[in-house]
Amino acid sequence: MLNDQVQKEIRGELEHYPTPRAGCIEALKIVQNHERWVSDTALQEVADLIGIPAAELEGVATFYNLIYRQPVGKHVILLCDSVSCWLTGCGKIRAGIKQRLNIDFGQTTADDRFTLLPMACLGNCDHAPSMMVGEVLHQDLTPESLDQILEGVD
Amino acid sequence: MRVKITVDGKSYEVEQGDNLLRACLSNGLDLPYFCWHPILGSVGSCRQCAVKSYQDDDDTEGKIVMACMESSNEGCRISIDDPEAKRFRAQIIEWLMINHPHDCAVCDEGGECHLQDMTVMTGHDSRRYRFTKSTHRNQDLGPFINHEMNRCITCYRCVRYYRDYAGGKDLDAFGVHDRMYFGRQEDGTLESPFSGNLVEVCPTGVFTDKTFKQHYTRKWDLQSTPSVCVHCSLGCNTILGERYGGLRRVLNRYNADVNGYLICDRGRFGYGFVNSDQRISEAGVRIADGCTLESIDSDVAVRRFTSLIKNKESLIGIGSPRASLEANFALRQLVGKENFYSGASAQEFELVATVVDAMRNGSTQTPSLRQIESADAVLLLGEDPTASAPLLSLALRQSTRQQSILEAAKAGIPMWQDAAVRGLAQDSHGPLFIATPAATALDDIASETVRAAPDDVARLGLAVAHELDPKAPRVVKLGARLKLAKRIAAALLAAEQPLVVAGTASGSKAVIQAAAAVATALGVARAKAAAPWLFLTLPECNSMGLALLNAKPLAEIKQQPKGRGGSVIVLENNLYRRAKAEQVDALLDGKTLVVLDHVQHPTVDRARLVLPAATFAETSGTLVNNEGRAQEFHTAVMPTGAIRPSHGWLLSGLTACRPDEKHALSLEDLRAACAAEFPELASTWLSDESPTLRYAKEKVPRASFRASGRTAMHANVSVHEPTPPEDPDSALAFSMEGFRDPDAQLIPSYWAPGWNSVQALSKFQFEVGGPMRGGKPGVRLIQPCKDAPPSYPDEIPAAFAAREGEWLLLPLSRVFGGEELSSMDPAIQVRTSQAQLLLHEDDGLSLGLSEGDIVEIQSEVGSFSLPVAMRKNVCRGVAMLPLDTPGVGFLQLPLYASIRRVSG
Repeated sequence: MLNDQVQKEIRGELEHYPTPRAGCIEALKIVQNHERWVSDTALQEVADLIGIPAAELEGVATFYNLIYRQPVGKHVILLCDSVSCWLTGCGKIRAGIKQRLNIDFGQTTADDRFTLLPMACLGNCDHAPSMMVGEVLHQDLTPESLDQILEGVD
Repeated sequence: MRVKITVDGKSYEVEQGDNLLRACLSNGLDLPYFCWHPILGSVGSCRQCAVKSYQDDDDTEGKIVMACMESSNEGCRISIDDPEAKRFRAQIIEWLMINHPHDCAVCDEGGECHLQDMTVMTGHDSRRYRFTKSTHRNQDLGPFINHEMNRCITCYRCVRYYRDYAGGKDLDAFGVHDRMYFGRQEDGTLESPFSGNLVEVCPTGVFTDKTFKQHYTRKWDLQSTPSVCVHCSLGCNTILGERYGGLRRVLNRYNADVNGYLICDRGRFGYGFVNSDQRISEAGVRIADGCTLESIDSDVAVRRFTSLIKNKESLIGIGSPRASLEANFALRQLVGKENFYSGASAQEFELVATVVDAMRNGSTQTPSLRQIESADAVLLLGEDPTASAPLLSLALRQSTRQQSILEAAKAGIPMWQDAAVRGLAQDSHGPLFIATPAATALDDIASETVRAAPDDVARLGLAVAHELDPKAPRVVKLGARLKLAKRIAAALLAAEQPLVVAGTASGSKAVIQAAAAVATALGVARAKAAAPWLFLTLPECNSMGLALLNAKPLAEIKQQPKGRGGSVIVLENNLYRRAKAEQVDALLDGKTLVVLDHVQHPTVDRARLVLPAATFAETSGTLVNNEGRAQEFHTAVMPTGAIRPSHGWLLSGLTACRPDEKHALSLEDLRAACAAEFPELASTWLSDESPTLRYAKEKVPRASFRASGRTAMHANVSVHEPTPPEDPDSALAFSMEGFRDPDAQLIPSYWAPGWNSVQALSKFQFEVGGPMRGGKPGVRLIQPCKDAPPSYPDEIPAAFAAREGEWLLLPLSRVFGGEELSSMDPAIQVRTSQAQLLLHEDDGLSLGLSEGDIVEIQSEVGSFSLPVAMRKNVCRGVAMLPLDTPGVGFLQLPLYASIRRVSG
């Protein structure tokens, strides 16, 4: 059940658009801000709130890879998975994450703290390899700096 | 305007502004395509129809364009054969085919697959991709549609048809890239009653007919026959597929004036009654105990029949709105016109007569079903056509786009630019006003809806008529609805082509008359503009035909001087659906009952003599649809054993009992006699000089060129190949040989070299999506009376007032389970929801009810129990009762009843 705060935020957001349907991406983002991901029930409720079929909203939700339709950990690591990062050794970073957190792409740690996802591309090629942890961009990564970064995350 | 374009150095005449793909296809050129479809327009997403386009005569380079996205203009020069364009198209299909499985041999689409055809046309014959293909989980989409997502080439046709065109809410496109998925948000039955068209719209085997799967046969092994749907009054054209003496499937048959490219799920999947083992397959005579039916052979049956009908004086014949014109006429010949009664209920009889009167004596024009799509303002009174005449609902849905299409045209956007036109329209829908007692499936696109009892619907209609023509009677005490009436009148008047829709499913004569009054008043107000359209639905597939034969109403039977003795012949009809059981019993009391039918029902149970009749799939005949269009259907399956067409039984009886007179001996004779007696019907069979007409001394083959197994399929019985059955009643033959280019009406299936799928249809049309080459799409029998002075009903019904403690029971049509024959189909039965009494939520609460409670409905004609459904969108003070609810028996609605809670 979407709480009152989420519903209020969605309603407020929908007012910015000439048709409620146009605000559906923002609505999904609001849910995700609060719940980390969009569950089946949340999807249905958002669809009802906007007044569109759940199937149509699902089409939007599954189109965007940053709308999560499966549970994710507290911190989502988006490791850049593109040419510049390949050239500068992002494989080592991926291996480092795997070693430290025991997760690969698409997986979440047992304690629900981290989810690792590939991302093409973060647009930060001059500082490859790069990754984002939550909202924070980390660049010029090395196995050592990776350790530091992950330790610094609560 | 026609313009000249040049394709590969040859000049062609095309419609200016048409997209190049349609222009090429209309001129018989082969150009591969996927995402484009005649009813869906262009979106340019698959890139398969690439051609080379040249700027002018000096341009030697040219550039690749998508034919479906380019307009045809004078002097336009393109090339399909250009090597670069060909390479481009080959590359596209290679990409589309990357994930496509090599499963044609086990795919239901194989042999009639647009993807196969286009792949062959493009020349892609070996796969270079050597990696793992993406695969998907399939969904259970219910009893009608089979889902196999791995075959998808992501053309988007399915969602564009199901969601954009048909207004479905539960099919969509999910994901991106290799993960694209077309299906429901979660497993479950596709809810739209038009889901079956996915089978034909999908260019490959993602969506296939699940009922066909149970007795699957390749298209090339089916014997196909042109037919007409019997499951509502619209008369959609269908193609029936036969193998091993069974009806295997029903496909759309294109009729540019009726159903176009589509049919509804009731028509496509409701055919199970033909193959049912519950059918009456043998003649039977009731033995002395009155219960047991003893089988007798056909000759004995004819002798028995003859002895029972010898005395013409005491004969009564009861016809049927679901039997052909010929069968009804044969019965009329047998019993004499003075003894021929309509098999419709008293109410149906009156309502149909009202419709016929409005069509015959009014000045308004009845549009064809297809024309309805181009109406730009609609008033719908009294019923939900989605249930009573499903395809009408789909046509009305298109009509609500008409204004945005006109607006787009003003902005220079042609109608075929689908995404642009829909984008411009957003959620706006042209005026559609709906006044009904309960919610309709069109409410989501209606400009305004009003929930009202039939009398109030009629009052609103008459008020609109009065706004348009002051000579129409004035309705007083309308309250807030007066303003609504003014808005409706203004919208109808402002339109280029307004349309009023009503029908017999409302159960109200006043509603039909009010609809006719609105159309008449519109005609007066519009003066010289085109006649307004009035479209009225009827109860059954041949209600109109029966009405045109001037049968007398059932109620008059009682007034016959010879009340007792004699025989009653009932043609394909269950009288217990037409009148109260006591009335039927009284009518049959002391008389010998002969029933000709193919399905079991209580009237058959009473019969002294039962004659096994052919279904619509096993005989030829003519049906007249609600717009008065006579259309012929033909034998798809030869009747086996004792089964004979009804008209055959009746003619044998006639010949045997009156050997001295000259009688019709064949269907052809019957038609001639019918035409002689009813000049109005004469044009029905005019252009078909004779049903045994042969083209160049040949008949039209039902089987394909490559039909297989002819010599082997009966080898388990005998190694000698049986003689193919003779069909004396049509120009079609059960054969592979014959004349393959007949009139459009007789085309048994669509095939052209290189085009094995249903999309070969383009090759049979003058223009893609236009009229068929060499074809009359049935004959319109009723013409409006252009100079008729405007006439309006004299009486204005009193306003409906909800009664204390009593509810007005009204009929509720249902798309599945509300029609006699399709209700016997196992797949339709799965889709039939439990019958519920529908009430307004507050009415339910006032009775202390909650959803699903069992209530007893008590009226002066008895009582019965049903679960209750409570909704906000129902008129207060009425209760909607599904038609044909099991265990309820015949009820003449409307009727006041009390409602009492029995249990939770």
